[in-house]
Amino acid sequence: MKKNKWGKIYLAVVFFVLYAPIFYLMFYSFNEAGNMSHFSGFTLDYYKEVFQDTRLLIIVLNTFVIALLSSVVATIFGVLGALAIRYMPRPFTKNSLLSLNNVLIVSPDVVIGASFLIFFTILGVKLGFISVLVSHIAFSIPIVVLMVLPKLQEMSPTLIDAARDLGASQWDVLSKVILPYIAPGVFAGFFMALTYSLDDFAVTFFVTGNGFTTLSVEIYSRARQGISLSINALSTLLFLFTIILVIGYYFINQRNAKTAQALEVPKK
Amino acid sequence: MTRRARTFYLIPYAFWILLFVIAPIVLIAYYSFFDIDGNFTFSNYVNFFTPVYLKMTVSSFWYAFLIMLFTLLISYPTALVLTKLKHKQLWLLLIILPTWINLLLKAYAFMGIFGTYGTANKFLEFIGIGTKQILFTDFSFLFVSTYIFIPFMILPIYNALEEMNPSLTNAAQDLGASRWTTFWRVVFPITLDGVKAGCQAVFIPALSLFMITRLIAGNRVITLGTAIEEHFLVTQDWGMGSTIGVFLIIAMFIIMFISGAKRKKGAVK
Repeated sequence: MKKNKWGKIYLAVVFFVLYAPIFYLMFYSFNEAGNMSHFSGFTLDYYKEVFQDTRLLIIVLNTFVIALLSSVVATIFGVLGALAIRYMPRPFTKNSLLSLNNVLIVSPDVVIGASFLIFFTILGVKLGFISVLVSHIAFSIPIVVLMVLPKLQEMSPTLIDAARDLGASQWDVLSKVILPYIAPGVFAGFFMALTYSLDDFAVTFFVTGNGFTTLSVEIYSRARQGISLSINALSTLLFLFTIILVIGYYFINQRNAKTAQALEVPKK
Repeated sequence: MTRRARTFYLIPYAFWILLFVIAPIVLIAYYSFFDIDGNFTFSNYVNFFTPVYLKMTVSSFWYAFLIMLFTLLISYPTALVLTKLKHKQLWLLLIILPTWINLLLKAYAFMGIFGTYGTANKFLEFIGIGTKQILFTDFSFLFVSTYIFIPFMILPIYNALEEMNPSLTNAAQDLGASRWTTFWRVVFPITLDGVKAGCQAVFIPALSLFMITRLIAGNRVITLGTAIEEHFLVTQDWGMGSTIGVFLIIAMFIIMFISGAKRKKGAVK
């Protein structure tokens, strides 16, 4: 069992490196000295600063509004897209749709950002809330499709046939048969879209104009000016929020696994 | 599924593909033929093949390759150890957790750690090496980029290891293979698809990291991504920026083709 011990030590080092910067930020957010090199005393001043900074709070609000709105819309489009791909009769069209779907996922962020910037400028869309929102919707849709598609694929087509035979309308089939079945995938997709939107920097940086900023763009411009501990305080708050989100995601996954188990039982 | 329902599902999605997948790529390609004054020209492509841009492209690929290599070297053993743990799902979640923290915050943290009076320098002083310039060097750029991509490499490798049939390693050991032979001849080839997926997930974004180069490398490292950002948002030379974008897209397709084609071959076997 000697090998196992070394493995665990190695893993501990990896975990240490992964988490060190995060806890480093959190630790210095309480530093009275106002820098990240020497801890002089405990203070909550920077948290006060964050909560008194109206501009920053508006930016936080913007970020959440964009994230929530874009993930809701992207989820609707993504579910429709997944249905379209799943029930596409011609394999060639199906594969083409899937490849096109993946273009935005594998494209480098800078290229997406730059191309959207050209696109919005040509259309005459003013850079700001609308352009950021639309971009976030656009890059979240393929993620939702990829989360929903496996659920649709494992759903037996006989379920739909049975519902149709029993006289269900098209809408009933969708709302009473398909959607409940794929719900875990839809939630996972919504969640992923939400985190992608909250986390995005590169695309937003390109399509945001003067006067509208999201959190990551704001952090970037502040960080370029050097170290300011209100960023540390903010990151601590964000970290706590992220943990809450992750716990939520974990429970959705758990439920996912449970429904999968429950559905498998009758088959046997 | 009736045809009408199918069309109903397809229309909004096809609309999105047309507007946000096809149109932007076409626009990038179109703009690459215009110079800064809006005249039609091939000069951007001619410029791209001058030593300045070629050198930048080569160094960009070299850095991306190094980042990918370091990430792989750190991630593979980590994934291997992870699969042998008791509560592996929970540990995996903890590995992924840092990716949910904003990338810029992590870069910002390293500005503090690697700074002149930062923790890294204090440590160097403590062990007697003395203060060094760490921030704004190639080392700090590679370190931070590798740090950021580790979870994206661990995840696909972990999944590949989990899918592997454990009886294969047992069989290898029964037939007298050493631990190393078992790993190198059995485990690694089987999980190669995961490694490829991980490399793809690291290499392409690594080509376009522009915020890290600005914050951590202090403009010493210029990647293709930095150049695009510079042309679009600073010098406003959209034509040249688009040309670099076109090459980045071509590079992306080549990389996907290499990893994708091989995967299909593996499936046939």
